[in-house]
Amino acid sequence: MPGMSVEVMRGLIARRKRWDIIFSIIGLFAMLGGVVTLVALIAAMAIDGLPRISWDFFTSFPSRHAAKAGILSAWVGTTLVMMVTVLSAVPLGVAAGVYLEEYATKNWMTDLIEINVTNLAGVPSIVYGLLALGLFVYQLDLGQSILAAGLTLAILILPVVIVATREAIRSIPGTIREGAFALGATKWQTVSQHVLPYSTAGILTGVIIGLSRAIGETAPLITIGALTYIAFLPDTPFKGEFPYVSFDWLTSAFTVMPIQMFNWVSRPQEEFHYNAAAAGLVLIVMTLIMNALAIYIRYHFRKRIKW
Amino acid sequence: MTEHLKSSRFAHRRMRHVRERIIESLLFLAAFSSVAITVAIVVILVRESLGFFEHVSIIDFLTDTQWTPLFDDAHYGIMPLVAGTLVTAGVALAVAIPLGTIIAIYLSEFAPHRVREVVKPVLELLDGIPTVVYGYFALLFVTPLLQYFFPELPGFNMLSAGLVMGVMIIPYVSSISEDAMRAVPMHIREGSYAMGATRFQTALRVVTPAAFSGIAAAYILGISRAIGETMIVAVAAGMQPNLTWNPMEPAATITAYIVQVSLGDLPHGSLGYQTIFVAGLTLLLMTLVFNIAGHWLRRRFREVY
Amino acid sequence: MSENAMDLLKSEAKNLNFYYGEYQALKNINLTVAEKRITALIGPSGCGKSTFLRCFNRMHDLYPGNRYDGQITLYPDDVNILNPKIDPIEVRMRIGMVFQKPNPFPKTIYENVAYGLRVRGISNRRKLDEKVEKALCGAALWNEVKDRLNSLAFNLSGGQQQRLCIARALATDPEMMLFDEPTSALDPIATASIEELIAQLKEQVTILIVTHNMQQAARVSDYTAFMHMGEVVEFADTNTIFTNPSQKRTEDYITGRYG
Repeated sequence: MPGMSVEVMRGLIARRKRWDIIFSIIGLFAMLGGVVTLVALIAAMAIDGLPRISWDFFTSFPSRHAAKAGILSAWVGTTLVMMVTVLSAVPLGVAAGVYLEEYATKNWMTDLIEINVTNLAGVPSIVYGLLALGLFVYQLDLGQSILAAGLTLAILILPVVIVATREAIRSIPGTIREGAFALGATKWQTVSQHVLPYSTAGILTGVIIGLSRAIGETAPLITIGALTYIAFLPDTPFKGEFPYVSFDWLTSAFTVMPIQMFNWVSRPQEEFHYNAAAAGLVLIVMTLIMNALAIYIRYHFRKRIKW
Repeated sequence: MTEHLKSSRFAHRRMRHVRERIIESLLFLAAFSSVAITVAIVVILVRESLGFFEHVSIIDFLTDTQWTPLFDDAHYGIMPLVAGTLVTAGVALAVAIPLGTIIAIYLSEFAPHRVREVVKPVLELLDGIPTVVYGYFALLFVTPLLQYFFPELPGFNMLSAGLVMGVMIIPYVSSISEDAMRAVPMHIREGSYAMGATRFQTALRVVTPAAFSGIAAAYILGISRAIGETMIVAVAAGMQPNLTWNPMEPAATITAYIVQVSLGDLPHGSLGYQTIFVAGLTLLLMTLVFNIAGHWLRRRFREVY
Repeated sequence: MSENAMDLLKSEAKNLNFYYGEYQALKNINLTVAEKRITALIGPSGCGKSTFLRCFNRMHDLYPGNRYDGQITLYPDDVNILNPKIDPIEVRMRIGMVFQKPNPFPKTIYENVAYGLRVRGISNRRKLDEKVEKALCGAALWNEVKDRLNSLAFNLSGGQQQRLCIARALATDPEMMLFDEPTSALDPIATASIEELIAQLKEQVTILIVTHNMQQAARVSDYTAFMHMGEVVEFADTNTIFTNPSQKRTEDYITGRYG
């Protein structure tokens, strides 16, 4: 037998295969490290925060007395800011994604835009805060308002929405478009009546992932000067009398969940740390629900649609 | 009659054409807005920084070892903030890069399909948790834990912030590296197995080098993320600028400084206001350097199967 | 025919069945492989010839749900390589393989050829140099690449890459080599040089080759098996198969009636 005898070979293989096992164990421990940290983090939040969670916690304003303080202004603020974010990021991001996938021809401008979107995704979030501070707060004079905050987060998640839209559109086979064109549809008809409806699930997944990121973002909003002590609610968007809707809330000062939590964490008194943990718990549950929703939608639609 | 019909049909087609053009232009504007955002970022950061450099020489900015812009005896040396940023990022990457890479190799080459399907989304949750929550965890859970082993460790320190940040970045490194490894075609792997290689040998000697450019991209993204991370360090590493390379000490990062100033009430246009834009520009340039390095690496080692 | 009696047996498949999950891809295959001869497997696509070839180095073990039944014996030590107790790595160390599409590793030419040696724990530079040169000479590639052993293998042409893959397999002195349609991704000139090389290689190693190209089988092989729908329809020396097949199905395929 050329090379080596079977016995030598078996010894060699046994030694080499030991590394397979050693590495498998290291790999398992590495994963376990990540998972254990996640569990420890959620457990730490739950142990400190759960006792503070009550109806009052959601319906009270922040207060100097830790035991009386709540997150009413924070969750209302988060909801309103997210509304602005969705209403501005989704149309813009989807339109940009549609353009890049369906309309753009291969030229330097398209390359520039594509490189740009990739790079924007890598810009630290606090830099967006500085942009918003210079542009929205002072240049456009929006002040430290819900509108400015919503737009800031919209810019932040724009790359996520664009990329999700492009991926969703790309997964639609060309035959669908050809089918529509063959019936005499224009490009926009094809896009609006076929391409977009079929890619809704993918886009929605991306939007939810983007929002779950935006909801926890703190730094850019601190940068634009979001106040941390807000003991009032913005003007309500819906009115009893004509014209029934109002946009005054857009210019209102605000706070959001993560900023409220940051405020409590930074206080020296331990009682406020429990409030922080409770707020953190609410935040984690919100992001987990959104992530689960995204996974569900992706899974559900992947199963339903088979090209 | 037919003339009329023809001309109306022609008008209809023109209308349709015009409408299509308008829609295309609007969509283009939306896509172009991303470029506008980049331009706006650069313009605003540079404009405010220029104002800053009218008062402070660039030499002082780069060489002074103190950063005390809000004191009466003001010093404007960026070094302490850069050091704080690099130390926390260094600690984070010392956690995230080895663990992320090991997890990626394990999931891509070793784990059964079922394990991968479960573990991957769970790990990705690490990235979904708000960073301020991690800050809480670092300050009030990890630091006390570390103090148990190192009693002299101060309440604010870069070690704890860096470690927690490292865990947060793991899925960045592992997800993208794993995608790159899984993109290595099966026939390359089969070539290795057919030579009598073990799983570990195939993973280390063939798959990892073949996926190198993707793995490098994952590292670069992790680095950018670590440098730009704000809330964990702002909460847990302290906000005092401190020129030190010792992770056991407290120190402010560039991002933490911006947060600290933003929490105060600096008048628009003041020198103190401008410092956060200079800090932001420095941060952006640092991430840019790493991104360019990443592009270069990818181009140099682009895989051709 | 006289060849037959003189040839030593290198390997033998007995009552081999193979399943991809529920699907039975190979049905009761019996075949002998003669030492230092070239045995070709031909048949229409989907007939199971590649599946059969990949049983010889247990390639199917890489994917879950595959199942072997029956045996493939390797001589002279009379070991059943399908036995689950035998490590597939051991089988692959003894039996080399060259794939349909050239699949060099993303490494230098030198490191590609040295790969199998390094996997076996050889790191002595002098020994590696010597073996790499010998293997590259054996694959008729040495003269073309000796000045650029440290350039990436991807820079070679398709035909050169395939010869590099042959050198890679040769470097570890395998007892047997499997070729899975080694020229199907190559142009006619590269194909001719690979065929010539394979014909020379039988001096030193037993060869089992899958080809969809009947002329190729006729040109290079000593024995030919015609496979159809997972079965070996006919197995004989190449001359007989191509000039005087005993089965109607073989004749139909050879004369181009289907396939």
